[in-house]
Order: sequence, then structure tokens, then C-alpha cells
Amino acid sequence: MFKRSHLPALISLILLVLLGTLPIYGSTYAVILLTAIIMYIVLTVSWAMFSGPTGYISLAPAAFFGVGIYTMAILGGQLPVLAVVIIGGFISFLLALLVGITTLRLRGVYFAIFTFGLVVLIKELLLFWEITVTGTRGRFVVLESNTTIYYVMFGIFVVLMLVAYFIRRSRYGLALQSIGENEEAAAHAGINVTMVKVITFATSAIFMGATGAIMATRWTYVDPYVAFNPIFSFLPVLMALFGGMRRLYGPVIGAAIFAYAEELLLTRFPYYYMLTFGLILVLVILYLPNGLVGLAPKIWKWSSGAQGADTRR
Amino acid sequence: MTVTILNIVIGGLLMGGIYALIAMGLSLQYGVARVLNIAHGEFIMLGAFITWALYSAFGINPLLSLVIGGPLMFVFGFLLHRTLFTRLRVSSPSPSAYEGNSMLAAFGLLFIVQNIALAIWGGDMRGYAYLHFGINFLGVAFAANRLLALGLAVTTGAVFYLFLARTRLGKAIRAAAQDSTTAALMGVNINLVLALCFGLGALMAGLAGLLISMCYPIYATMGFEYTVIALIVVVLGGLGSIPGSFIGGFVLGLIGSIVSSWQPALAMAAYYVLFMLLLLLRPTGIMGK
Repeated sequence: MFKRSHLPALISLILLVLLGTLPIYGSTYAVILLTAIIMYIVLTVSWAMFSGPTGYISLAPAAFFGVGIYTMAILGGQLPVLAVVIIGGFISFLLALLVGITTLRLRGVYFAIFTFGLVVLIKELLLFWEITVTGTRGRFVVLESNTTIYYVMFGIFVVLMLVAYFIRRSRYGLALQSIGENEEAAAHAGINVTMVKVITFATSAIFMGATGAIMATRWTYVDPYVAFNPIFSFLPVLMALFGGMRRLYGPVIGAAIFAYAEELLLTRFPYYYMLTFGLILVLVILYLPNGLVGLAPKIWKWSSGAQGADTRR
Repeated sequence: MTVTILNIVIGGLLMGGIYALIAMGLSLQYGVARVLNIAHGEFIMLGAFITWALYSAFGINPLLSLVIGGPLMFVFGFLLHRTLFTRLRVSSPSPSAYEGNSMLAAFGLLFIVQNIALAIWGGDMRGYAYLHFGINFLGVAFAANRLLALGLAVTTGAVFYLFLARTRLGKAIRAAAQDSTTAALMGVNINLVLALCFGLGALMAGLAGLLISMCYPIYATMGFEYTVIALIVVVLGGLGSIPGSFIGGFVLGLIGSIVSSWQPALAMAAYYVLFMLLLLLRPTGIMGK
């Protein structure tokens, strides 16, 4: 009746129900903490959706996240929250489409630098605009209740996981994988390489923009430095690398662990938190190329070879 | 009018000297050793803080502190390449995977160095006065320390050019820049040469930091801006071309000076626009083939 292959689905379902009903039984602190954790999970999973299989390192998440934040800062209070979140995602989508079409022919690190330059360029131009034209530096954002923010964030998370799951399982995911392995061969096999890359890149940006829009309502005040903070480009990369990108749940685990650690450490030891962040990044790249997810089979293999200790043979 | 133009041009050249120096350092690390060292600016910051610390604590002349800071930076860079980056180079499946991995490792390095500096020195601006008087030139006054910085940057560039063009080791470096695998087959000790390049890059960053600390206020998070500038100049001058980086530095200094004279807040944005246009239209740079 019950097969072992049903286990992951069952666990996911229980987790979803537990998370979905959290505001009913959980404390306010738990709701706020999980909002932050889910935010990082969404940023990380959507980053890994494009960069994981293709190997193109995008440092643009902060740009899409910031676009979402500013959408909320400008439209919040005038339209329903959910509408602004969707608009935030859509504007990010359009921006990503534009960036993707112009830059996805750049190979390797050039793409990474370009996407990073985009974050800083938007920040500098926005700052210039706000100071010279609007006459202010920051903006106030209309507040929402913690429960609303949580539910919207949770909704984004569920949609993202479904999209990421189906992309992985479809021939579309296979196409992405083959681009990562050998782009020229993929093109020769009949894959419209540019379109697959651009569409996936833009799709991943929707979730980053939507996340930025809803998170803005928690921060009450935003300025270009807060909204386009490059750290939101680096954290998803580190979290995804740390968790491992071979499996869908790798980035989820990586993001959850890091987000919780940040909550515990960042306010108390800001410099040492960032220092540890850098150390872990270097160590993961050196010793854990497949992340935590890649570690499990290694340990399994190592421990299952233990009968070799039997000296009688 | 002529005074304004002269002011802009000479101001640009003075800035360009420092840009040229940091770009040559990054060109050695990225163009030759293939490490896109995002932490380059942190080496500049370290050089600046070493100079400042020696001056304010022991009253050591900033120019003399090069003798202490220079070798320190070189050894730091050399050892980093021998341990971290050589290991990555061997374990990476392809050259492009190595570029990606080493860039991410350099990001980690950036966070490590910057936060150690923040923990030691805090986030405040620091500075000291050295050769802080004006020199008149065709009716325009320039700070003596900035002229000295330009002179030292040009001298370093010239000496390094001769080293590359005229010595055996320089030839090995040029060969490694063209094709490291073939260079290794021709008997160049490639791991040593690449580590040397990385160390020399760190040394130039340290020297640039020293010059910057003489002219401008310094702070622990100052590095990244210079990394970006170095990156733009390296792309502008053509990847792997050291003379290109040198000339590109002065070109960017002039552009920055022109934009600043019109709208100072937009100088950084102008650099990025130029950079993005370059990447899209002419990724081989002005001196590239």
C-alpha cells in the first residue's frame, strides 16, 4: 500500500501543512523568523533554478529584489498588497528579460560581473534620481501585519517550489542541464539555447521581485542602499553552494541553515558573522563542491565500507 | 576656460596614475593567473592601512613603509596562490569552472579580509597629512602628495614594463598570459610563475594603497570601489595586456575627471555604463586583438 517512493511527497506535505498553519499556533517571533528564513529560501531556490543547471553565475538577485522593494515603496497603499507583489514580480521579469537578451551571450565570469554591475548601476542612478529630482534619499513603506506578510511569502514559496519541481522534471529542465554541460552541443541538438536561458532567467526573477515587494512592507523605511544591497546577490549564491545544487532540496537546506544562523549571530557579532560567512564560502568551494547534499552519499559510502575493519577476512 | 580644461586634464591624469597601478595589479592576477580577484581592493585597503598604522604609531615615512608593507603584501599574495588558488586550479574540471570557482573564493576572501580590518580598525575614516601643500602649475594648484603619487605610479609602470619586456622571467610571464598550458610544456614552471604574478599583483595593490593613503581618507570598506575601477580598466585595456591596463588607467582617470567636473555624483554610474557598453560591444578592449 505505502511505497518508499511516496516518502518525500509525504514529508513535504506534512511540512507544508505545518508551515501553512504556523500563524495559528506559533508565536509572533516564530512567524517573523520563518518569514525571514522563507525569504532566503525563495531567493536561493530561484537563483539555483537558473544558475544551478546552466553554470552561469548570476549576481543580479539584489537587482530584482530591489526592484520589488521599490515597486512596493511607490505603489504600496494605493493598490492591494497582493497586486503590488505581482506587479513587483512582473517588473523584475521584464528587467530580467531585457538583461538576459542583451547579456546572456557573455560567457563565464563576464556575465557574473555584468549582472553585478547592474545592481550597483541601478543603485547609483536611483540615488542620483532621488536626491536631485525627488529631493529625498529614502521612502516610507506602508506596513502590513506579520501574518499577511507571512502568508504572502509562504504563497510565493509554494508556487516557486512547484515551478522549480516541474522545470526539473520536464524536457525543459533537461535542456537547461545540457546547456550547462556543453552549450554548443545543446544548440546542435536542436535546443533554442538563447530562448531557454532567457526565459528561465526571467522566470527566476519573478520570484525575487515578488519577495522584495512583500519584504519591503516589513522594513517601514527603504533607501537605495538598503534596497540594492549587494549582499542579497551573494547570500543566495553561498546558500545554494552550501546546500548543494544537485537536488531541489539542497538550496532549501542551505538557505534554512544560513538564515537561522544569521538570525542568531548577525546582531550580536556582525563582523565575525561576515568573517565566518567568507571562511565558509572558501571552505565549501575547496572541500564541498557538491554542498551538504553531496556530503550524504560520501558519508554513507564511508560508513558502509566499515566491514573492512573485520580482520578475519 | 583654459585653466578649467587644464584642471580637468591634470586632475584626471593624477587619478589615472593610481588607476593604472591598481589595474596592472589586477591584470597580472586576472589576465595572467586567471583569478578574477574580487578581493583586489582589500589588498589596496591593507596597503593603505599598513602605511597609516606605521605612520601614526611610529612616525615612519609613508615612502619608507613600502619596504615593510611591500614584501608583506607580496608574500601574502604568493602564499594565497600557492595554497588556495593552485589547489582550486588542479581540482577544477575545466578552465571556465576554475574562473567561476576562483572568483567565488575571492569573494570569500573579500569578506574575510574586510571584516578582520573592521574588527581591528573599526569603520571610521582615517587619514594623515604628508606633503600636504600646493604646487603651482600654469596657474593651477595641485597637492604635492598627488604629484608624488603620479610620479611613483608612472615609475612603477615603466620599471615593470622593462621587467616584462627585457628579462627571462618577464618572458615567462608573457608566455603564461598567452597560453599557460603551452608555456608549461615549454618548460616554464607554471605554478611558480602564476603565484609570482599573483604576488606581484598584491604588491602593486599594496603600493597603490600606500599612494591612496597619502592623498585621500581611508576606511576599511574602501576596497570594493577600487576593485570595480580596476576591473573596468582591465576590460578597457584588453584582457592580459599589461600596457593596455596602464594606458586604460589614464583614460578612465580622464573620463572620471570630465564627468566629475559636470556632475560628481554620477562618476561611478558613468564608469559602470562605460563598462557595460564595453562588455557588450568590444569585450577585447582598446588594445586587444
